[in-house]
This record gives sequence, C-alpha cells and structure tokens, in this order.
Amino acid sequence: MLAPAIFYVLALVGVPFLLAFVYAVGDVKVGSTGYHFVGLDNFASVLRSPAFRRALRNSIVFTVCSQILVLVFGNILALVLKDAFRGRRLIRFLVLLPWVAPVSIGSIGWKWILDSLYSVVNWVLIRLRLVNEFSPPMWLGEPTLAMISVILVHTWHVLPFATVILLAGWTAIPKDIPEACAVDGAGYFRTLFQITLPMLRPIINVALLFGIVFTFTDMTVIYILTRGGPYDTTQVLPSLAFFTGILGSDLAEGAAISIFLLPLLVLVAWRMLRTAHRAEVG
Amino acid sequence: MAMGRRARRALSTAARWGTLAAFSAGLSFPFYWMLITAFKRTSDLYDLKNNPFLFHQPPTLEHLRLLFQETLFPRWLWNTALAGAGVVAITLLLALPAGYALARLTGRWGERLGIAIFLTYLVPPTLLFIPLSRVVAALGLQDTIWSLVVVYPSFTIPFSTWLLMGFFKSIPRELEDAAMVDGLTRFQTFRKLIVPVSVSGILTVVIFSFTLVTQEFVYALTFISSASHQTVGVGVPIYLVRGDVYYWGSLMAACLIASLPIGAVYNLFLDRFIAGFTFGSVK
Amino acid sequence: MAIVQTRGLTKVFREGQAGAVVGVDLESREGEFLVLLGPSGSGKTTLLRMIAGLEEPTSGDVLIGGVVVNDMTPRERRIAMVFQSYALYPHLTVLGNIVFPLKAQRMPREEREKKATWAADLLGIGHLMARRPRELSGGERQRVALARAIVREPSVFLLDEPLSNLDAKLRASAREELEQFQRRVGTTMIYVTHDQIEAMAMGDRVVVMNHGKVRQIGTPADVYDDPADTFVATFLGSPPMNLVQSDYAVIGFRPEHLVPAGASAPASPSSLSLSFRLDHDEYLGSERILYGRLEGGRFDGEKVVSRLPATFHPDTSSGSALPFQVERRKLKFFDRESGARRDPVAVE
Repeated sequence: MLAPAIFYVLALVGVPFLLAFVYAVGDVKVGSTGYHFVGLDNFASVLRSPAFRRALRNSIVFTVCSQILVLVFGNILALVLKDAFRGRRLIRFLVLLPWVAPVSIGSIGWKWILDSLYSVVNWVLIRLRLVNEFSPPMWLGEPTLAMISVILVHTWHVLPFATVILLAGWTAIPKDIPEACAVDGAGYFRTLFQITLPMLRPIINVALLFGIVFTFTDMTVIYILTRGGPYDTTQVLPSLAFFTGILGSDLAEGAAISIFLLPLLVLVAWRMLRTAHRAEVG
Repeated sequence: MAMGRRARRALSTAARWGTLAAFSAGLSFPFYWMLITAFKRTSDLYDLKNNPFLFHQPPTLEHLRLLFQETLFPRWLWNTALAGAGVVAITLLLALPAGYALARLTGRWGERLGIAIFLTYLVPPTLLFIPLSRVVAALGLQDTIWSLVVVYPSFTIPFSTWLLMGFFKSIPRELEDAAMVDGLTRFQTFRKLIVPVSVSGILTVVIFSFTLVTQEFVYALTFISSASHQTVGVGVPIYLVRGDVYYWGSLMAACLIASLPIGAVYNLFLDRFIAGFTFGSVK
Repeated sequence: MAIVQTRGLTKVFREGQAGAVVGVDLESREGEFLVLLGPSGSGKTTLLRMIAGLEEPTSGDVLIGGVVVNDMTPRERRIAMVFQSYALYPHLTVLGNIVFPLKAQRMPREEREKKATWAADLLGIGHLMARRPRELSGGERQRVALARAIVREPSVFLLDEPLSNLDAKLRASAREELEQFQRRVGTTMIYVTHDQIEAMAMGDRVVVMNHGKVRQIGTPADVYDDPADTFVATFLGSPPMNLVQSDYAVIGFRPEHLVPAGASAPASPSSLSLSFRLDHDEYLGSERILYGRLEGGRFDGEKVVSRLPATFHPDTSSGSALPFQVERRKLKFFDRESGARRDPVAVE
C-alpha cells in the first residue's frame, strides 16, 4: 500500500535529483543527444563567472533580510492575534491573503502598485511631500530600490505562513508563566526578552528553517517583478539557473548553478532532524 | 508603575488594535487595489492628475468583458481546473493507502519513512526543474497541461501522506481490529471502513492539493511554452500583455478572480490544515 | 509580615451571570496558615488571584498591611505566589529560576546569589542548582517554586492547590514539607484547596466557600464540630455528616457518632436510640463503614452511614435491624429551608 507512493516520489524527485548531478558534470544542452563527462568544469566556470557571484550574494542578502523582517513582524502579529477578539475571523482572512493567493498573482499585483508611472505608493508619497514629484522612486527600475522591493514583496508573501507557525508557539505558552513573571516583578520587556522569546525558540527555529528554504530557493517574486533586473542586480541563484538552463538552453551550466542550492538545504534538513529528534527525547 | 491600571490597559488595547489595523491593511492592500483597478475606466486609471483611491468616472465592467472575451483567460481557467482534478485524483489514489500504511506501521521504520517523505518536500522545484524538463520532453508531454498532472503529485503526495498519516493515527485501532476479527483483509478494512470515516481528512487533502496546483509557478513556466496551454498562475502575469503594454485593468480583474475564491476556501479549511500539520507530528 | 484583608470583595465575570466571588469579608492573622476550602467553582481561586493582583475585583477592596492595594501590581503588593503547575521557567536552571525575581529588582549579582543559596538551602535543594525543571521530580519542583517565592522575602505567600499535581503517595510528604516550611519561616500563608483533608491537616483556620460566598471561617475544630450550615457540615468529613429530615429541622450527626447501642455506650436519656438496618459495609482495614437505613420512628427509611473501628463485627445473621444510638449532644440542627445552623429541637 505504501509502494506506489514511494515509487512515484522516488521517480519524480529522486531520479531528477540524481540527474541534476549527472547534467552538472556533463555537457548537455537542450536538443543535444550526446553526453560527455566533463568533471568539475561546469562548476569551475560557474564559480568564476561574475554573474554567479552576484547572484549568490543577492540570494544571501535576499534571504537574510526577508527572514529578519518575517521573524520580527511575524512575532508581533502572532502576539496581537493570539487572544480571541471580535472580528478575529475576518482579520485572519485578510492577514492570510498574501500566502493563500497564488504568489505570482500577488506579485503582479505589486508590479502594478510599484509601476514606474502610475504607482499608488508614489502618489501617496508625493502628496505627503516625502518625494519629489518629478523624480519619484523607481521601485523596480533602480538597483537598490529593486532589491528592497523584491525583499518586501517576498516578506509580504511569506509573513502569513510564518505567523501561523509562530502563533502555535505563542498559544502554547501556559497562562501562568506570564503571571509568575508579574508576581516576580518582571516588566513587559524583561518578560518578553528573558522568558517568552527564549521559550519560543524551538518554534522560531521551525519558522526560520522553513522560511530559509522557501526564500533561498524561490524565484517567482523576482521573475515577475524584475526578471532579475535591472542589469542582474536582483538576480538570485534559482532565477539564474532558470535563465541559464531553461531559457538559455545550457542545461549543464544551469544544473551546476542550481546544485549550489544544496549545501544550504542539507544544512537546514540536518537542523530540522536534530530539532525533531530533540523534541522526541526531551 | 507610574500609570494606573486602567490607563495601562487602555494604552495596550489601543496599541493592539492599531497594530492589527496596520497589518491587516498592509497585507490585504494589494487585493483591495486589484478590486479598484479592475473596475476603473482606463481613462480614469491612467490620468495622473486623479486621486487613485477615488472613482472619477463611473465604474465599468469593460475590463472583465475584455478579459473573458478577448483573452485566453477562460482557457487558462479551464486548464487549471483540469490539472487540478487530475492531480487531486492521483494524489488521493496514492497518498490514501500510503498514509494509512504509515499510520499503522509500528516501529522505527514507520517514523523513519514518515520523516523521509516529509524531507522530500524540502527539495525545491528550482533544483529539479532542469532535469525534469528533459524527463517531460522524453515523455512527450512538453507544452501540455499533462506534464503538470504528472509532476505535481511529486510534492502533493508527500505532504498529503503526512497529513493523512496523522489523521489515520487518530482513528482508534479497535475499529479495525473488530473488522478484521469479522474476516476482512487489511485492504478491505481500509476500503470499507476507514475511507468512509476519513471523509474529513480526504476533503482536506483535496482542498490542499487543488490550491497547490493553482499556486504553482515554476514548473508551469518551465514545461509549458505556448500561451493557450498555460495555467492561470503563469498566464495572468506573463501573457496578459500586448506587445510591451500590460493591460492593467483586465490584469487586475484576472488577479481578483484568481485569488479571492482560493483565499476564501483556504480560510475555511485553515484550522484543519493546522490540525493535520500538528497531528502528523504527534506520535 | 502583613495582614491580608478583604472587604466586600466581589468578582463578576460576565454581566448578568452569578458572581464568581460575592461579598467576601476576610481578615488573616499574623503568621497563620489560612486555607481557602471549597469545591471547584466555589470562587476560592478567583479570590486568591484577586488578593494577588492577577484579577481585578468588580467591587470591594483588598488590603495588605492596612493599605488598599486594589491598584497595585502583584509586585508592588510584595506577595509571592506558588501556582498549581508551579510555573517554573522551563529554559532556566533552578538557580536561574530562583534569582529571576531578584534580577527583576536589579539586585547586584553577588547579593542575588547569596540570597538564592540561602533560599535553596532552606528548602534543601542546593544540590539541584544546575538542573532544569524538566529534570526534577514533582516534589523537587515544588521546592524550587517555594525557593523562588521566599527569596523575595514577601509579606504573604499565596498558594493555588500546589499539591494537586502530585502523585497521591507524594502528596503526604509534600504536605508535611509545606507545613514545616511555613512554621519555620513564619510568614502568613493563604492556601487554596478542594481537599478537605489537606485543609484540616494544614490550616490554622479554614475559610469554607461555596458559590462564591464564604460559608464559615474557623479553626478545623470549629468547622468540623460546629458547622455553620449544611454545606459546611457535609463538605467536611468523609464520609459526610448524616442528615435526616424531621418536621421542624434537619438533624445531622457524624458517622463516627452513630454507634451500636450497648457495647461501649450504654443506652441512656442522653442518647437518641435508632434502629439501623445494614445494606452493605466496607472493611477498610483500620475501620469499617456501614451503609444502611434507619427503621421505624420518625426517621424511617432515611439513609445513613456509620463509621466504626474495625473490631466491630456487624451481626448480620439475625436479619433484623440493629440497635444504634447517637449522643444527643452530638446532634446538630439546621433550618429546613436555608440550611443554616439553628437551635436544638426536641427529638424523640
């Protein structure tokens, strides 16, 4: 009863996984029929290319910044959501929208909001006299702003998911712990930083690990908002692999690039297993 | 404390509602914006002098008409529904028995396999899409919706198995023992007894798998090249252009249609997902 | 040391509903072990939490040391509380738990550790300082909770059913430790429980509560031998006091006072004679509980319980009712409507 599922997953995950390595050490291109083993040549050339190094740096910046934002905002949101209140269902619906709506749809929505000419954000900023009417920020057209936009949109997308996970942690804290803190004389911030957040650490870990995996390996937001531009300044590893391997037809190099996603994934998987194991034992 | 009790409580309530308002507004704003844009006349939309939050001309259904009559949008909806149905079918077919088997498998192997299945979920599409594009081509499925029907279960099955495993574990063993004492084989027990009882779990898997199909982008973008074969998730952001120009009115209308129904359904089932998620981890 | 008082303390959680605590007037005595006793839902925990400052009263006042503390935070009231689950901080060591309130007071490190060591030694847990709560037994956790409480030298200790999470076997020894601790430290302790045996054993005085109201305040002897109403009479004592209906009053007598006539207590005008038909009995090793009914006379058919030393063997062979008696001065009389204690009535 278990066999068909295992077989299916193995065939569609395991086999391509191995194939990725096979391509990366070969010279396959779309349409080619031959295959020659080239060893680590592809990896070497990838590592040498400035495009790759920039994409790697962008991936790291993208992941780190968005995860920090997600953790801070996610905890704040979980904190205000954990106690019941009237209208909670409606608020929950609104708060969940960025995650449940297809990310590509949300991204194209943001593209319109950040449009170079008609951005509603710029309209508001101009009215508030925060920016100049004749040179409003080009959210998707300038390198730094584009990176910021991409990070913010991705954070917007992931935040609900992280909040749900963190919320589970917040509601799991027994009610008498903050009461004991009150009796012990701890103020709001002492309670938060010395008691509550440390108790939330396992859950924060889970949210962080999932978040890192989703963010580091995602290309949708970037593809739709900037296509990696302007001038590759928002290119990340997965999108680079796409442009090289799929659009550029160089399967070998594309595979080599995407293999660089692995070290992080292995690390994350190892940490998750460790956390799960510790949760069982403890 | 310098502040009285009542004052402190009023302040924290105000802070709380303020935060909630800010987050709800910020997170749902794009959808609100889609709503406004979809019904604003083009001349109103592109007039920079107008306040974008207001309607300066009466709202219009023109964008919707255009969307449904002059674009491939209806086609995409159909393609997505088809893919969804196919994926749900395959997923149920394979994940139900697997989840059940794992739930009843005692010993370390049951847990190990459970974790292994969960880990496969962590392997990203952006690593597998290059080799998979070759596999899809080899199967002759490139540029068809069936490529997705074949590939998507590779990630809906693991999570659905995990969900169902947790769900089955909560069904008391005595029910099955009684059936087996009455002479049914394990598979018969499964079919006649467990499946009807697990309607709730099955429904959750159906909803979950279907929403995953609608939300996926990378594989659809990779395997399907012609516009008429695409899903909604890729068609809308990529193909609703004429030349260089996005038709924002119709585009936002399409976004609205593509996101709100899913949002509503997901919200209804969220509690079940969470229960399934945590159930799967309760030994 | 401070005296805890409540004046007309009331708590209503939802408008229109009955109050969880209704008009409670209370005054503790210096250094006493005061027990709040009652069934679940009687309001005893809510009362304790209002004294602690964790719950805001709907009306009425809480005073500590003569000062109205209604608007003060728990910290400002200088109370210490031990929760039912002990509420130990799971990620901190025992030492970390004990010094936490001192850290909140911004006490310098040296002084903190000195005080923590003193508290730990007082409770005999000095050797556990480096452990985490999950590594400790239930009894050890209680001691850590007490150490954390005493390290702040509070004016009052508040305890919310701290023994209820322990194994039955452990409970007796933990109970003894608590009593000793209170005697050694001498601070006023207000202790909530639903277990009347705990209340009787530990309390200097017992506050018996039901439905949010105080039914009686008194020493264990007072509430046991001199109950103020039928609720107090039946809540204390196991098996509960026998209550039989008569025309003018409800008459009560404890099972241990329903004894066979003749053997050790000769029939006399100072005793009420009763005919007892045995239904079944329980042999508990040290004593015997007899369940049966009264026969004949005005109490015919009333179910009663008798509690006797195990040496008594009921004579079941004859099949007839056994002659029993109750000393008249042990009879308690209660009003038929209100259940309140009333003057004795002539009974035959």
